[in-house]
Amino acid sequence: MNKTKVFRLFVYALLLAGCVLMLMPVMAMVSTALKSMPEVYAPEPALIPTSFHFENFYRAFFDPTASYRPFNFLPALKNTVSVTLLNIIGNLTSCSLVAWGFARYQCRWNRPLFAVMLSAMMLPAIILSIPTFVLFVKYFGWYDTLYPLWVPTFFAINSFFIFLLHSFFRGIPGSLIEAARIDGCSEIGIFCRVVVPLSKPVLMVVAVFTFIWTWNDFFTPLLYLEDESKFTFAIALQNFVRGSQASVFGTQWNLLMAANIAVTIPIVMLFFAAQRYFVEGISLTGMKQ
Amino acid sequence: MNEKSRDTWYFFLFISPWLVGFTVFILGPVLSSVYLSFTKYSISDPPRWVGLDNYAVIFKGWEPSFYNSVKVTIVYSVLAVPLGVLVALLAALLLNVPKIKGMSYFRTVFFLPSLLPAVATTITWAFVFNPKYGYLNTAYTAMLGDDGPDWLMEHTLGCLVMIAVWGFGSTMMIFLAGLQEVPKSLSEAATVDGANTWQRFCHVTVPAIFPVIFFNIVVGIIASFQVFTQAFVFRSIGGANIDEKAVFFYVLNIYENAFQYGRFGLACALAWILMVAILMMTFVQFYLKKRWAPDDE
Repeated sequence: MNKTKVFRLFVYALLLAGCVLMLMPVMAMVSTALKSMPEVYAPEPALIPTSFHFENFYRAFFDPTASYRPFNFLPALKNTVSVTLLNIIGNLTSCSLVAWGFARYQCRWNRPLFAVMLSAMMLPAIILSIPTFVLFVKYFGWYDTLYPLWVPTFFAINSFFIFLLHSFFRGIPGSLIEAARIDGCSEIGIFCRVVVPLSKPVLMVVAVFTFIWTWNDFFTPLLYLEDESKFTFAIALQNFVRGSQASVFGTQWNLLMAANIAVTIPIVMLFFAAQRYFVEGISLTGMKQ
Repeated sequence: MNEKSRDTWYFFLFISPWLVGFTVFILGPVLSSVYLSFTKYSISDPPRWVGLDNYAVIFKGWEPSFYNSVKVTIVYSVLAVPLGVLVALLAALLLNVPKIKGMSYFRTVFFLPSLLPAVATTITWAFVFNPKYGYLNTAYTAMLGDDGPDWLMEHTLGCLVMIAVWGFGSTMMIFLAGLQEVPKSLSEAATVDGANTWQRFCHVTVPAIFPVIFFNIVVGIIASFQVFTQAFVFRSIGGANIDEKAVFFYVLNIYENAFQYGRFGLACALAWILMVAILMMTFVQFYLKKRWAPDDE
């Protein structure tokens, strides 16, 4: 065997070991979700359950006879999906309009305001969260509603996406815009019929990251939502932790993992459907949660 | 209307959503947060001016959790950021080895976990770490013979560091993008000059991706100062099985002061201390970068 072959075998070994480590919690999630309670609490947990208890999903989500509060699956799904869709629409429309304004129209306000816009990225979320809470709850009366979770995105508050779109828009050749203008296209028309169609890839990046950030967001719904019927997945899951601990048998890990899977699967599906936009988005800008 | 004023008009038309949003959701809150940090405020009663009292209470240690939460956050940051960046860099190097079959699958497996909902992954890890019936100690016993340690209780913060390191995927993707920018000619020239793999790594790859390493450390530290969800969920799933004090992060303390005890003024003061700490850390890092790598732009 030559040196390169040994090296490549070594690389494969490392890669496989890495995969096992990365997938360990995922395997724990799936296997525990299918186990019976006695098996969950067996001192040496098996990776593959001795018998498959698919009814755990039904018991976790719907069981009306349960002694615990079931995972609020359908309402939480409805709330999460609607907030996520609204945020995608909000970010796509507002951030792209604003980014185009900064990219195309030069005036003496442009650069200073752009700097102000970027500097907002430095602010830790927690600084804004307290006064915003006061504003929404005391002055808008939005406590225990879904409004705080999506209304702000319609006002281009995500500087990151504006920055991302701005740098993409700057790359659109000016001749194209001029041609559209000479053909009698209005400024709004240029944006809608020339800029937006040309920017599909970057708009997809914005949509995909808005999806994942909204879906995974825990902090905002934790602050504002009180009634279980309004919960999004992230806090419904957190709430179900308490529900599953109320059992006399100890924490019902199998049901908890079933709920975990329900919350996680849409993200996995989104990832495989839109893999290239994730990779593009992260490598373009160093985006992180 | 001439060209110039027409442009100004359209400029403000297009950015108007941001003008409203910035004023209402960012500038307004920032200013009121500064003001509130000098008041006693519980949302139900109007704020009462107390001057620097909140800051005095915090620094004199009368806010009982402040120093502990600072310690927890710094220890976590010192452990999780370098470890996470190192693991991410090593994984990126591994995933950048040319001509490996199925590389895109390996990349997916390494990357995907960092995108999963933090609530779900934290709950799952808490199960894996469980000393009695979790997977980690089963593997531990199988490999090392004796019973493993009580991870949840004795290494509570360590558990959170492990969860954070496990989520290295997006840092790794930034490294991968950086590695693909390293010109091949550089490393070929070094090979011709007789450099071995290790020398090429130290003298070609690392200097070429130094800005990326720096970026990941800066962003990593900023994020580590703001850990909330993992700590919150770990505390509620761990219950009496974990050392609660060891996961009482700084932002968790702000959250409890504001939203559990209604001390909004104190919480705002805590938040501004965090902001100043983040700014200072970032400046220090840029300063150090300038000293160590002055030739880099």
